[in-house]
Amino acid sequence: MLEIRNLHVSTEGKEILHGVNLKIKPGEIHAIMGPNGSGKSSLSLALMGYPRYQITAGQIILDREDITYLSVDKRARLGLFLAMQYPVAVPGVSVFNLLRTARKNVKKEVVTALQLQNQVKNSMKNLKIDEKFLTRSINEGFSGGEKKKVEVLQLATLEPKYAVLDETDSGLDVDALKVVSAGINKTSGPKVGILLITHYQRILKYVKPDFVHILVDGKIVRSGDAKLAEEVEEGGYVKFS
Amino acid sequence: MSNLVNVNQSYREKYGFAKRDISVFKTKKGLDRDVVEEISFQKAESEWMREFRLKAYEVFQVKKQPLWGADLSKLNYDEMYYYVRPTDKQSRRWEDLPPEILDTYNKIGVPEAEKRFLAGVGAQYDSEVIYHSIKKEWEKKGVIFLDTDTALKKYPEFFKEYFGRAIPPADNKLAALNSAVWSGGSFIYVPPGVKVDIPLQAYFRINAASMGQFERTLIIVDEGAEAHYVEGCTAPIYTTDSLHAAVVEIFVKKGARFRYTTIQNWSNNVYNLVTKRAMVEEEGTMEWIDGNLGSKITMKYPSVYLRGRKARGEVLSIAFAGAGQHQDAGGKAIHLAPETTSSIISKSISKDGGRTSYRGLLKVIPGAWGVKANVRCDALILDDKSRSDTYPTMQIDEEDVSVAHEATVSKIGEDQLFYLMSRGLNENDATSLIVNGFIEPIVKELPLEYALELNRLIQLEMIGAVG
Repeated sequence: MLEIRNLHVSTEGKEILHGVNLKIKPGEIHAIMGPNGSGKSSLSLALMGYPRYQITAGQIILDREDITYLSVDKRARLGLFLAMQYPVAVPGVSVFNLLRTARKNVKKEVVTALQLQNQVKNSMKNLKIDEKFLTRSINEGFSGGEKKKVEVLQLATLEPKYAVLDETDSGLDVDALKVVSAGINKTSGPKVGILLITHYQRILKYVKPDFVHILVDGKIVRSGDAKLAEEVEEGGYVKFS
Repeated sequence: MSNLVNVNQSYREKYGFAKRDISVFKTKKGLDRDVVEEISFQKAESEWMREFRLKAYEVFQVKKQPLWGADLSKLNYDEMYYYVRPTDKQSRRWEDLPPEILDTYNKIGVPEAEKRFLAGVGAQYDSEVIYHSIKKEWEKKGVIFLDTDTALKKYPEFFKEYFGRAIPPADNKLAALNSAVWSGGSFIYVPPGVKVDIPLQAYFRINAASMGQFERTLIIVDEGAEAHYVEGCTAPIYTTDSLHAAVVEIFVKKGARFRYTTIQNWSNNVYNLVTKRAMVEEEGTMEWIDGNLGSKITMKYPSVYLRGRKARGEVLSIAFAGAGQHQDAGGKAIHLAPETTSSIISKSISKDGGRTSYRGLLKVIPGAWGVKANVRCDALILDDKSRSDTYPTMQIDEEDVSVAHEATVSKIGEDQLFYLMSRGLNENDATSLIVNGFIEPIVKELPLEYALELNRLIQLEMIGAVG
């Protein structure tokens, strides 16, 4: 279980999360919805250990291990994954090189380069990513949609225990949204917990959440099932603030 | 060169070891006219070379130290040994070398590399080339690959025509010094139309302390011929400084193609002050690939003089400066004929207080119309203690030219580190990956073995770089 207990997060001396509580069990899909500036992305970055966010109180527990102050790479090796909202380019580092290096670091089972390549190519086919991307520098010159697809490709390849998807749906057209959603659904399963962070309700048509939480001004103000997302669809966030 | 570099092995273990001094002859410490005469005498040279040396020595005495570039104020010419002969004879078989020397090259991995992928190998130990060999098939085609001293005796006609013609002693103080006390180096002649498709390699090793190594390389690639020469260099770690001041002269004839690759990995007590220049004739191509990882101070700007119409020159350089290092490197392209093209690409990385400088010259003379030139220099700075500067000079005296220049300086991005670490890479590995990606455009130009070597050397440099 990934448990977030009373999490307070500050950046540049200003508190942006004021005590967030959340429990994500393997097999569950949680969606966090909220207006712009509510702290959604801050939550995802703080979970992964982004250096510019300080945790001032509270705890993050991953499968009974306290990871609140663990380094970013150690969190990843314990099975936490973050699909970023704005993935950065690393010139000269190919997509395949990154996948292979990352896989080696986060998974114990050894696979040959060929096995990995086959697995990756299969995922790429599902995600409708051209195989040429394997040798391209990661995120360099990628369109917004391509970046998001490659984030999901990494998710599929690294098979984490808990995945945080930060606005993976933003900037996608309907076709890409379907493909990306199918990729997320394929990765999810009884052993994986997913935290889906989104501004819009539309991805929830394709990825069915078990729980929906509304985050406003750095606090979860309501939690419920998938129906809660429909309320947002109808009335916006106004009534929650 | 070995591709067996273990990244857990430090420079000290892999290259920094010193062997006991088994030299059979050494000039006295410091430099004067007698030392120059002694070197010439020891080599039993012809009169004209003796005179050439003595004249060069006079030039060295009056020339001022370069006032630009890196700080050479602590370089003391009186504290060096200018000639150290390690053994009495040169060998064509590794087994025939004294055990200290053989063990040195085995550790570095040169004999193994020769077996696997080289057309010929020369190995210089202190002042003399102690091993030389070229594969039979290339010898049969008329390719000459010798140490420069032997070549001078066997083929004096080449020397009368070319020696000192690309880089005369008066070019700069260090070129004058080399001209006075030169010893060793490679001589290559590739006959017209012959294409040597696997590399020739020379490996330079300084073993003695306070040693000056002054190899002199002369390469002539005749019409329509092709070759690739690679040099590597290492030295023990001493508390006193050593000096490496080489001169490399290259003549690329009509339609010929030559590539010169350097992976310089001197220990951090070596001043590396090298003059390298190539004269390129009509439709000829010269490529310098210059990797500077080691040394205390490097000043080196490989040049291409594009003398014939449609001649092409390229300089790809990588510099890596760690604690206490200053890599002042770059390239020069001199366009002396119409429709010549040049490209200078420089990538530098500085960390732990290291300093890199790009210094370059792009010159186009009047009447050299239709010139295309491209200069690009990118610097990556890994921490706040380190520094990078750019000193590009352009002298364009012709209107019909197309010139592009671009320079970038970037700090290693917190966001890039976070991204890679979120994929499970620790901070060191993430930094290494970013650095390797940064130099990838140059590494991909290297033969596989050298690309692996360079990547591993960079990894070696990166250990302990951060965190």
